[in-house]
Amino acid sequence: MIPRYQTILFVILLVASIVMSVVLWQLRDRAHQRLLAGQDSAPTQAPEVAPAEQATLLVANDTDNSLLTQTLSLPLPPSSGARARAILGKLLDLYAAPDAAHPVPGGAASIAQVFLLPVPAPDDAPVSGPPANSPQAAAPKDSGTGPQLAVVNLTGAFAASHPSGLETETLTVLSICATLHANLPRVTQVRFLVDGQTRLTLAGHADLTRTYLAAQAVPAEGNHP
Amino acid sequence: MPVRLEIRPLPTASIQPLRRSHDAPCPILFAPFAKRMGCLLSLSLLAALPAFGQAPPAPAARFVVVLDAAHGGDDTGGRLGNPTAAAQPEKAFTLALSVRVRSLLAARGFSVVTTRESDVSVTDDRRAEIANRANAQACLSLHASQSGSGIHLYASSLTPAEPARLLAWKTAQAAYVTRSLALAGVLNSALGHAAMTVTLGSTALPSIDSMACPAVAIEIAPELGPNRAITGALDDPAYQARVATALAAAIVQWRAEVRQP
Ligand SMILES: [Zn+2]
Repeated sequence: MIPRYQTILFVILLVASIVMSVVLWQLRDRAHQRLLAGQDSAPTQAPEVAPAEQATLLVANDTDNSLLTQTLSLPLPPSSGARARAILGKLLDLYAAPDAAHPVPGGAASIAQVFLLPVPAPDDAPVSGPPANSPQAAAPKDSGTGPQLAVVNLTGAFAASHPSGLETETLTVLSICATLHANLPRVTQVRFLVDGQTRLTLAGHADLTRTYLAAQAVPAEGNHP
Repeated sequence: MPVRLEIRPLPTASIQPLRRSHDAPCPILFAPFAKRMGCLLSLSLLAALPAFGQAPPAPAARFVVVLDAAHGGDDTGGRLGNPTAAAQPEKAFTLALSVRVRSLLAARGFSVVTTRESDVSVTDDRRAEIANRANAQACLSLHASQSGSGIHLYASSLTPAEPARLLAWKTAQAAYVTRSLALAGVLNSALGHAAMTVTLGSTALPSIDSMACPAVAIEIAPELGPNRAITGALDDPAYQARVATALAAAIVQWRAEVRQP
């Protein structure tokens, strides 16, 4: 026979654990909602003092798998890396808006950094290359005219909350590449990091280990003006 | 935050692959050992392939279709269904669709090879290995997503290469891209015939990129009617049956095209 006090203790513990799990569930739900809302966009806002300039965004549309060109007037900082970050931030803000044609939570805060580097010379390039004073040889070291590699560092929260799917993930990657190339024509290659690390895929599908060629990022069937 | 920027010379790039001379042809003589073994493997696999396209296969020849139910095991894929309702993992949907299409194709006289028959993890390399060993005339990698609408068809974004050239394992699909695009075209018209919305694209998908067969990744999304109202939900058995039937009809059409002299 189980003593009465043990039964009461058991019931109390049971009730307590149920209450705790309900509270935990609600907290988890609230955190999820906050993540979905993607409201925290403070750190990447371009400074208000910057003059407004035209920026071209290639905005993804899930319904017809296309990129739509959209021109906006944005305050843009002078340095290229910060410009790239501000423009991509605006693009992701469009995706985080309610009723977006390509809904992705996170917004501008999802772009941690954009680094612009000279395109690395292929490691298998012949040793007897062009002479050192030729334009080709100077290009990779020259920060003024040569092609650039953009390294887009996304936040882990963005990757974690990105919808999973071949189309949606590919469109996010394509629209980032195409938008970078449209505004910074020297950007010919794009690589992605998540929280500063290489990552296999964005959300299970789009390959993030590759170098993307920015100029070819516009799908053939999309791009309605 | 210290960020390590390491730009490794990766084998391929996409949207269009970034061609590097050390990965397209098989540099057997000068490659490191592992690469050399990879090359020899793809070499032997390619050698095992029949001279496809040189002569149409005899009518009695088996027409092999590989069905690759994406994800599985620890890799659950995306979450399908309304976020408020019980979500179905993508891996379960793709397996169920694979089983459905397999029985439809088997009933039509196809020889079907699947990459998985249960909820197990299968690596991308293993999937490609199964496909390449099957000597298939069509390889369909099945995915599902709650995003977008209708059916999304994706071929590899590798630059088409000459079929006669030997290719590295990771870019074996390059020799088949042209035929994969033809297969995507047939799927597009057959699915369109079944009144389904279809979008076409190309993407970098490691499992497809290593396949030495006409290969298309097929992503099933909910069917949306006017005003973006869902007319075919992923958990609706009637919609699943329609998709499976349309895919089987497309493969029948593909067989007819392949066998045309
Ligand atoms: Zn998938």
